[in-house]
Amino acid sequence: MQANYHKKQKLHFVYIIIGILFLGLAMIGSIIYGSTDIHLSTIFDSIFHFNHDNSQHLVIREIRLPRGIGSAFVGAFLAVAGAIMQGMTRNPLASPSIMGVTDGAGLGLVTVLAFFPALSTLGQTYAAFIGAGITVIVVFIIGNASKTGLTPVKLALAGVAIGTFVQSITSIISLHFQLEKQLSFWIAGGLANTDWSTVKILIITGTVGLIIALFISNSLTLLSLGDDVATGLGQKNILIKGLAIISVFMLTGAAVTTAGAVGFIGLIIPHIVRFLVGNDYRWILPISAVFGAVLLVASDIVARMVNAPYETPVGAITSIIGVPFFLYLARGRGGSNL
Amino acid sequence: MKKKKYMLIISLLILAILASSLLSLNLGVISISPMEVWNTIIGQGTKQQELVLFDFRLPGIVLALLIGMGLSVSGSVLQSITQNELAEPGIIGINAGAGFFIVLFIYFFQEVIPINSSLSIFSMPIFALLGAFTAAVIIYLLSWRKGINPIRLILVGIGVNAGFGAALIIFQLKMDPQDFRQVTVWLSGDIWNADWLFVYALLPWMLVFIPFVIWKSNTLNVMTLTDSIASSLGARVEAERLWLLFAAVALAGASVAAGGGIAFLGLVAPHIAKRIVGPLHQYMIPVATLIGAFILITADILAQNLFSPTSLPVGVIIALLSTPYFIYLLLKA
Repeated sequence: MQANYHKKQKLHFVYIIIGILFLGLAMIGSIIYGSTDIHLSTIFDSIFHFNHDNSQHLVIREIRLPRGIGSAFVGAFLAVAGAIMQGMTRNPLASPSIMGVTDGAGLGLVTVLAFFPALSTLGQTYAAFIGAGITVIVVFIIGNASKTGLTPVKLALAGVAIGTFVQSITSIISLHFQLEKQLSFWIAGGLANTDWSTVKILIITGTVGLIIALFISNSLTLLSLGDDVATGLGQKNILIKGLAIISVFMLTGAAVTTAGAVGFIGLIIPHIVRFLVGNDYRWILPISAVFGAVLLVASDIVARMVNAPYETPVGAITSIIGVPFFLYLARGRGGSNL
Repeated sequence: MKKKKYMLIISLLILAILASSLLSLNLGVISISPMEVWNTIIGQGTKQQELVLFDFRLPGIVLALLIGMGLSVSGSVLQSITQNELAEPGIIGINAGAGFFIVLFIYFFQEVIPINSSLSIFSMPIFALLGAFTAAVIIYLLSWRKGINPIRLILVGIGVNAGFGAALIIFQLKMDPQDFRQVTVWLSGDIWNADWLFVYALLPWMLVFIPFVIWKSNTLNVMTLTDSIASSLGARVEAERLWLLFAAVALAGASVAAGGGIAFLGLVAPHIAKRIVGPLHQYMIPVATLIGAFILITADILAQNLFSPTSLPVGVIIALLSTPYFIYLLLKA
């Protein structure tokens, strides 16, 4: 039993290491391929012997590198947020978007586009964040505000309902002010405009969320067994749920304001990881982060190559790469644990 | 559930549906007063009024009612057989399958069959239906492994949904802007061609499968328990689930074929019904059917007339209309 446990731990480390290796490869690929292909050695030069007059160095430093790093973090954050949502609601259909974060961010964005069109990109980011935050708070209050308290089902239903409601208001505003096109671009998601200033906000906000997530990972494992079990073991569920929601908000908010509504990663990566490592959130969260990063960086490469010079929505590519693997696992393991 | 209270709820809903339908007959670009509506019905209206009412508005209303019923019953069945509160036709890939086939149809046949011709108007729903069933067959085959496990069914459904969704986007991007718009409108849900022929095409599905589902209420009641309890109570779980799944797909597929990917209704109508009359399917499904019909007809009126002459996507209004009440019910529970 003990030996078996240690063997499993080792296996989990192997997953992380393999994941990081793939991430490294994908990042290099993401820097090499593009409208002009760049030689491998140039990458090292651009980092260690940077030359201002070399246009390839500039492309790497100012375009490719932030884009690669940005997509890695977005993928990681979405996957972790999805894992938290599925654990907390005990629903395999849960994804970061069902807390209404994406919808709220969309409403914030459309509101400033409609009423304060002169606002800077940074201002739009803040607006999206504020919209997401308000929506999450409303979902939490509604999920919580009844005699039976915050049951997983109620949280999920409140999230979906409020999210859809907010989305409707967004589409009415955007139809009225003729912003459909900007909105649908944003919804389709994409990493084309990632620069260092967006990456900075992304990393700072998301990392706070990630730390909270790791901090409560053990409690999430208990919570995923059921509220009663967790309470029986002496856990303060409402506190854990509050922290989990804050974490989901920061992770998803950071990802969504950077890359738009990239679907699917937050839904499927946690399932894939759960098939591999079981129900221990101390492992699910970090492995989800690594796998999510790999999937998004790789998908982003495909997204800009498949229909060049146009970019294909990265969400579609993540699905195409991820679905066969996901279906294979869902069949193989019979979708246990949730 | 007291019989009397139940009958009261049913009657109220039917009254509400009738009122909405009448309102919908009055409103529109050409407004016709209730008196004139009545006169036209008894055959004393002008030619123009007859044309507007019988050829345009009435089929639209009947279609809206049928689609609303189909989606709600489909959602109720799916929520019960997957034992998942978030299940609805859209989330397990039935809408995406239908949408993907529509996109394929437009993509490959646009040269052979011009888009707004009557041939295309009638072949598109057939393609949508084919797509819905293709998605369902794929989901069923992939989740079959010595039987169907509800969680596996849902998981495979998510995967198939994402796969179809991605394929759809990629094909859609290769279209010219005109076709792209057509697909977008279709996907967001729109009762596009209000025509009696559609009503006749849709009606048999509803007449067969809604009574079938209500007849299977007891099986559904058992199925919301775990599988092992269900089989020990003597339900032939596997076969029954296949039939019910078939019914759910048929209802959703036919509705989607006529009304596009109307979101949220299949999720919210069963929940509202459950909160009003409790979880027993023999009570819940008729109520859900009526609620679905009522929400869709009312949403359709608002969508057509709120910012007339610009019409809003009906899905948007459905969300605005049903969420507040749904939230109220959540809070009350």
